[in-house]
Amino acid sequence: MRTHLDNGGDAPLHPAARAAYLRALDDGWADPRRLHAEGRRAAVLLGAARESLAASLGARTEEVHLAASHTAALHAGVLAVRTGRRRRGPVVVLPRIERAAVRHAAELALPGVEPRTELVDVDRAGRVDAEAMAAALALPGVALACLQQANGEVGTCQPLARVAEAARAASVPLLVDAGAALGHVPAPAAWDLLAADPADWGGPRGVGVLAVRSRVRWGRSWPQDPEPWFPGGVSVPAAFAAAASLEAVTADRQAEDERRRALVARVRASVARIPDTEVVGDPQDRLPHVVTFSFLYVDGEALVTELDRAGFGVGSGSACTASTLEPSHVLAAMGVLTHGNVRIALDRTTSEDDVDRFLAELPRAVARVRSMLGAEGL
Amino acid sequence: MSEVTEPETVDARGLRCPLPVVRLAAAARERPDGSLLRVLATDPAARHDVPAWARMRGHVVVGAAEVATGVWAVTVRLGPGAR
Repeated sequence: MRTHLDNGGDAPLHPAARAAYLRALDDGWADPRRLHAEGRRAAVLLGAARESLAASLGARTEEVHLAASHTAALHAGVLAVRTGRRRRGPVVVLPRIERAAVRHAAELALPGVEPRTELVDVDRAGRVDAEAMAAALALPGVALACLQQANGEVGTCQPLARVAEAARAASVPLLVDAGAALGHVPAPAAWDLLAADPADWGGPRGVGVLAVRSRVRWGRSWPQDPEPWFPGGVSVPAAFAAAASLEAVTADRQAEDERRRALVARVRASVARIPDTEVVGDPQDRLPHVVTFSFLYVDGEALVTELDRAGFGVGSGSACTASTLEPSHVLAAMGVLTHGNVRIALDRTTSEDDVDRFLAELPRAVARVRSMLGAEGL
Repeated sequence: MSEVTEPETVDARGLRCPLPVVRLAAAARERPDGSLLRVLATDPAARHDVPAWARMRGHVVVGAAEVATGVWAVTVRLGPGAR
């Protein structure tokens, strides 16, 4: 029996997504730009998807653009604003805990623009200092500010309203990365660019969402194409399924919110009873389904492997579990333990029984790994 | 009151996380409150995890520096949290 608890970023396909995808494979396989009946049918489905996503995001349909992935959406959003506002200046303001895709797009050299980033600190709970962010926004030469709605690694929600107000006062566009949040908490109210990740809410892979307010000045740093934002267009079935699943998860969000928050509270309380454990992230102002903790004297890779052997799939921000030697930049910026880290994200299909069985196994797995390292009694 | 002025050194170079912290904790267990202990590590995680360990245990980080390319030295003063 397998229990998958690593549902952040890639949740299992929602039934509504599967049904919509299959329908769109039959009706929406053609190129939506062609003028024949098959093409027009695909165009209708794609238009319906954009319209539905726009309604969910609080955007106008023409402000919604569809990318091939969340990463591609973030890259395009950052690069387009840096290009369009290069005369205003080269600086991108962002917290230290933004996704690597945002950071890398902010650091990429563009023709005639020497990249500059202003990295803002976060507190021990993983919340960015809103006043430091506001101060950085008021510096000369700022092209763009970026802020996550909530951090997907530790679940902490960010002070979006305050930062959006400061961005407006400084006349700097704000890119909000809702990649870990949309589908789990209400869509953010204030943004100039908004990126979201369908795979995170149970939609299919192969599609990302970028909404851009029509007032935002932008320019291409890539070749021209009939699809100006994302050359080549997007998979119509993936787009249609992304929109249908967002509607579905929005419909029962409140009930799922309460259910998953209760399970997360149970995990936090139970894990805290294991000796030498640090439960990280804000205990209250957080995503309803993500919970993260680190165990002192535990090798993250060994713990993930032990839990996997016992039937549980979990995530980790420890260096030994990543392809690089560097630990999670999020945990490091927070000043919390980076080794022995476990991250779980509960899906809508995760049951109380799944969580209880995991909580029964976890102390045994931690004890086994500590014993392997000779770390008992330290 | 401690007579130790020069910190004792735990050489954890070449060890991967979390072994530098495990070695440091083992050395800390043998020493009284107020002692200075220095750990040398090449694993990038140690730079973050030694201070986190010290905070959880009630020790105080009194210095951290890259003493050679890729080698970090972190010095802690053992506090009442030491076992």
